[in-house]
Amino acid sequence: MTEEKDEKKYTTISIPFQLAEKIKKRIEGTGFHSLSSYATYVLREVISGMENEDEDEAFSKEDEEKVKDRLRALGYLD
Amino acid sequence: MSRAHGSKLISRHLKKEPTDLEEMPVIEINTDLSEDVLNIANGVFSPLKGFLCYNDLDNVVKEKRLESDTPWTIPILLDYDSKVANEGDTVLLVNKENGVRALLDVEDIYTYDKKTLSQEIYQTQDENHPGVANVNNMKQYIIGGKISLIDSKEREFDNYNLSPKETRFLFKEKGWKEIVAFQTRNPPHIGHEYVQKTALTFVDGIFINPIIGKKKVGDFRDEVILSSYETLMKYYYLKERAVMSILRTSMKYAGPREAIHHAIMRKNFGCTHFIVGRDHAGVGNYYGPYDAHDIFSEFPDLGIIPVFFRSFSRCTKCGSVVNDKICPHDQKYHINFSGTKIREILKNGDVPSEDIMRKEVAETILKYDKPFVE
Repeated sequence: MTEEKDEKKYTTISIPFQLAEKIKKRIEGTGFHSLSSYATYVLREVISGMENEDEDEAFSKEDEEKVKDRLRALGYLD
Repeated sequence: MSRAHGSKLISRHLKKEPTDLEEMPVIEINTDLSEDVLNIANGVFSPLKGFLCYNDLDNVVKEKRLESDTPWTIPILLDYDSKVANEGDTVLLVNKENGVRALLDVEDIYTYDKKTLSQEIYQTQDENHPGVANVNNMKQYIIGGKISLIDSKEREFDNYNLSPKETRFLFKEKGWKEIVAFQTRNPPHIGHEYVQKTALTFVDGIFINPIIGKKKVGDFRDEVILSSYETLMKYYYLKERAVMSILRTSMKYAGPREAIHHAIMRKNFGCTHFIVGRDHAGVGNYYGPYDAHDIFSEFPDLGIIPVFFRSFSRCTKCGSVVNDKICPHDQKYHINFSGTKIREILKNGDVPSEDIMRKEVAETILKYDKPFVE
């Protein structure tokens, strides 16, 4: 294994102490083993939701016709 | 419809054949690797643009994510036995069977500990596990880098083979916003139909997506699976609510990790939901029956909703297909949908009871002289 290629993968963020205490209580007895794992989970969820709000890129006219023709030829579209 | 995994559907097709192909080093790849090349090029493996480099592999192994933090659980690797090229070179990947020719921009050549790979991906180092056996047979070097497909030849079942770009267009044309994907490797029995229709009730359409390719002796042949589904869909599904197309990829038998991988591929086809059954992608007793359900809780950012099904059977008291959440009756009233039992009945040329399999489906299978791989 080429361990020299390993890089730092984590960073530290600061949150209010009171909030941290609340979260610690909240995650007791759940699958979350630490404040960090809970914060990571929640942030990933939030970021993922924001990414999904973006619009998908549109097909070019040429692409669309090509795809439509093939789907029709194969019987997927009438 | 789901956005592609990693936000953008990948397309790695060269519009024009390079003029300097003859000068390039050539790597002959096996059929499984050529399917990986095609799946990368067509966006089935989005956001991958090529074979994993070391940092991505290490992150996938340890964190179940790419270096970018995007969920990814199964390594997509190109192994090779000698240093045919150097980092920075472009090599030509060739597979004669599928006529695949692709360029690989070599970004990384490295080695990785096979025991770690097996343990983390398959949760075992037992050589009897087919995934571990594949890892042990891997060649010494791993080459990472982006690929660009030059061409591939037409193949059997291409008329059932849609790319993510095509399924996304199709779903849009059909007006489907929520689509549930069902993965299969077998002809449908009544239990499968129950699962599919239960899920379909809550969404706009179902995408039936059989995995086609390498089989074991005794498995149903690909054409049998496809025609049995065509029959089921013809007689028992609304045309405007169900679509079937194939997926060419090899099974890794990585259980929970592979369930995530299967969900990601279906997300790339545009699906919003993915059906996960009992012991999904499992083999032997290497995984717990619901490990493939539990793993989804690690991925709040997966971007596709798992639809979990536990084991189901036909209850003679209820007179319907049931699961352990909805039926109060004793096991003695339950008929299980045993794949082995169904195969045995069909092998004898008999039609299974309609409690287990639709008559039309069974008759379709029995039309084949040899429905099983020999």
